[in-house]
Amino acid sequence: MNPESQLRPYPTRRTVLKTAAVLSVPALGGCVTSGSSSDKVAESGADKTTENPLGVKADAPLEVVVFKGGYGDDYAVQAEATYKQKYPQAEIDHKGLQKVGEAMQPRFVAGNPPDVVDNTGAGRLDIATLVGASQVTDLSGLLDAPSLDQPGRKVRDTLLPGVVDDGTFAGRTVALNFTYTVWGLWYSKSLFAERGWTYPKTWDEMVALCGEIKKTGVAPWTYQGKYPEYINDPLLSMAAKTGGADLVKAVDNLQPGAWKQDGLVQAATAFAELAGQNFLMSGSEALSHTEAQAAWCQKKAAFIPCGSWLESEQKGVAPAGFDMVLGAVPARSGSDKLPVTAVQAASSESFLVPAKAKNPAGGQEYLRMLFSKASATAFAKANNTLPAVAGATDGLTLTSGLGSVRDAVTAAGSDTFTYRFRTWYAPLAKAVDDATGELVNKRISPADWSARIQKAADALAKDSSVTKFTR
Amino acid sequence: MRHGRRRFLIGALVPALVLHVVFVLSPYAQAFWVSLTDWTGVAGEARFVGADNYVRLGGDSLFLDAVRNNALLLLVVPLVTIALGLFLASMLRTSSSRLGQGYRIVYFFPQLLSLVVVAVLWSFVYNPNTGLLNSGLRAAGLGGLAQSWLAEPAFALPAVMAVLIWSSVGFYVVLFSAAIEGIPRDLFEAALLDGAGKWATFSRVTLPLVRESVQVAFVYLGIAALDAFAVVQVMTVGPGGPDGATEVIGLSLYRTAFTYGKFGYASAMGVALFFATLTLAVLALRSGRKERLELA
Repeated sequence: MNPESQLRPYPTRRTVLKTAAVLSVPALGGCVTSGSSSDKVAESGADKTTENPLGVKADAPLEVVVFKGGYGDDYAVQAEATYKQKYPQAEIDHKGLQKVGEAMQPRFVAGNPPDVVDNTGAGRLDIATLVGASQVTDLSGLLDAPSLDQPGRKVRDTLLPGVVDDGTFAGRTVALNFTYTVWGLWYSKSLFAERGWTYPKTWDEMVALCGEIKKTGVAPWTYQGKYPEYINDPLLSMAAKTGGADLVKAVDNLQPGAWKQDGLVQAATAFAELAGQNFLMSGSEALSHTEAQAAWCQKKAAFIPCGSWLESEQKGVAPAGFDMVLGAVPARSGSDKLPVTAVQAASSESFLVPAKAKNPAGGQEYLRMLFSKASATAFAKANNTLPAVAGATDGLTLTSGLGSVRDAVTAAGSDTFTYRFRTWYAPLAKAVDDATGELVNKRISPADWSARIQKAADALAKDSSVTKFTR
Repeated sequence: MRHGRRRFLIGALVPALVLHVVFVLSPYAQAFWVSLTDWTGVAGEARFVGADNYVRLGGDSLFLDAVRNNALLLLVVPLVTIALGLFLASMLRTSSSRLGQGYRIVYFFPQLLSLVVVAVLWSFVYNPNTGLLNSGLRAAGLGGLAQSWLAEPAFALPAVMAVLIWSSVGFYVVLFSAAIEGIPRDLFEAALLDGAGKWATFSRVTLPLVRESVQVAFVYLGIAALDAFAVVQVMTVGPGGPDGATEVIGLSLYRTAFTYGKFGYASAMGVALFFATLTLAVLALRSGRKERLELA
């Protein structure tokens, strides 16, 4: 028997601490940043052929992680079935999750991410951060591969305008977005027909119509005040129409004075006027999106700004015969650089192939199948949502809302625009939201609005710790 | 066998210790390290940036808003909650026992709800058009006082404070009631015989004898006031708005980490909050250190 143990029958404080210290060393070793050694085995894959343009190894397993939100994940499972058909030996691991970001973050850090990630939903990982950390694969091979079911066309050419750009960071396309969102002003076609109102084409017409609407006891506008980004969209759209692509580029590229451009100040003035004339439904400033949209569906307000998801979100809330339609934001001036039909449009449901995926070729092949016309059409049918693949809704009978969205896209043609700063610089987006919230509550002037956003943009431009992008 | 006993003790201790070290101590220690780096939360590596993140905190106006709001919460919430709790508890002492028991249960109700549920319910109450508060004011002919409670910078933070106080006061009523019941009845009787009124009884007898409970309550409520994340995140405009009016450190930290992908900077906020909380707890417990009163 060990004499010492007889002298000290109980562990003392010191020995316990010693044990704890010894134990903590390996524990601390397994720390947040220890997955740095990139032991990625370069998957050589199979040869690239016309049948197999991405060089997929037929028996390599494939892991797909999909956000299972409003659209469910059936559409992703369908594309997996297509994959399995072509590569029967491949083992497919499908995960439909609600909190994709939370689940994927440790796997990115540890260097064993899945082969395809649908980085969508609340708590998704910041894509700019992923790009900055070199965690995503360049998808140019996929974009230049032939489309699955549209002979003679590359995947790149089957997508709606702007989709490739939306996934492009610093010249590399690293994400493909599956759904296409259009922003505008929504109204009830039946209500407007009943009251004899016509959707305005210019801002002056809008102001006149708002005066008329207000007289009938209906509030002209409401908005989702709890989340000021909703009212931002029509404001920024109006500015983009006035100033054209140059204005948008200046903003996204953080150019000095970008937020003081005339188009932006004019648009801010227009929205300050909207508030100044009390055209916004009182109380809107504190309503959540569900509350404001419900009030709009109850015909308490005529217009509401929102993206094209509104119709599916209001399923069961909008009364029968409400016939909601999306209109393009009216033109501020007669000399706008973009036509009035131009719309703010961007794609979302962002699919990416992690840089450290074990089967990157398979991941891209899977996306080629997901982005085929047949798959997109099935998605549009099931979810009443415009997919990012051009022509996917051709020949389908669409609901009032989705039909108006498709018409808006058709009318806009190549005149769609989108701001990238929201995805590139999340802190700037927050500064803009806060400022616009203050603007439409009459607490700051349009000049203050542009001055304080400019200040935030300048601070960001100077901040060397932020990865910068240009377009 | 002594040897076996030691082995048994270690065997019993080690699993708990390992769990504690891996899941509690090590993340704490790592937060300190991460706060000195530019870790993005998704990269496998992080660059050491020294005290940069801490320097940045001083110039971050939203973070300073958060500090200011947390300081206000810290001033108001514990004081009001404890005052209300003591008031209600001493009222309960003097009321009939059955009624008192009933009230105690009712006061405790909010404690049974998750804080998120409380926040959602109160955001309905504060709804400017259909909410209980404004409707009540209008029904009482006080429509002029109706406000967009959560969207007015002047009212948003007080509205949040009210929810925090409402949700915690019941717990402290029960805590203080128990402490008051521990006071020997003859002390109150003696005070009564000496002609002490209700206020004198409270300030000279009750309060000194429940000091320790009050002190503990200060620490708990202080920590809750430095947090307030859940209520702000669920209830307020923005959240954290309007324009930073209800921003709290926890929310800044959450946004910086999970929306902006700056885990290093967010950890610096966490470390700052850690020291603030620690200081508060130490101060609150030290300041009130006095000789224990011996009861009879």
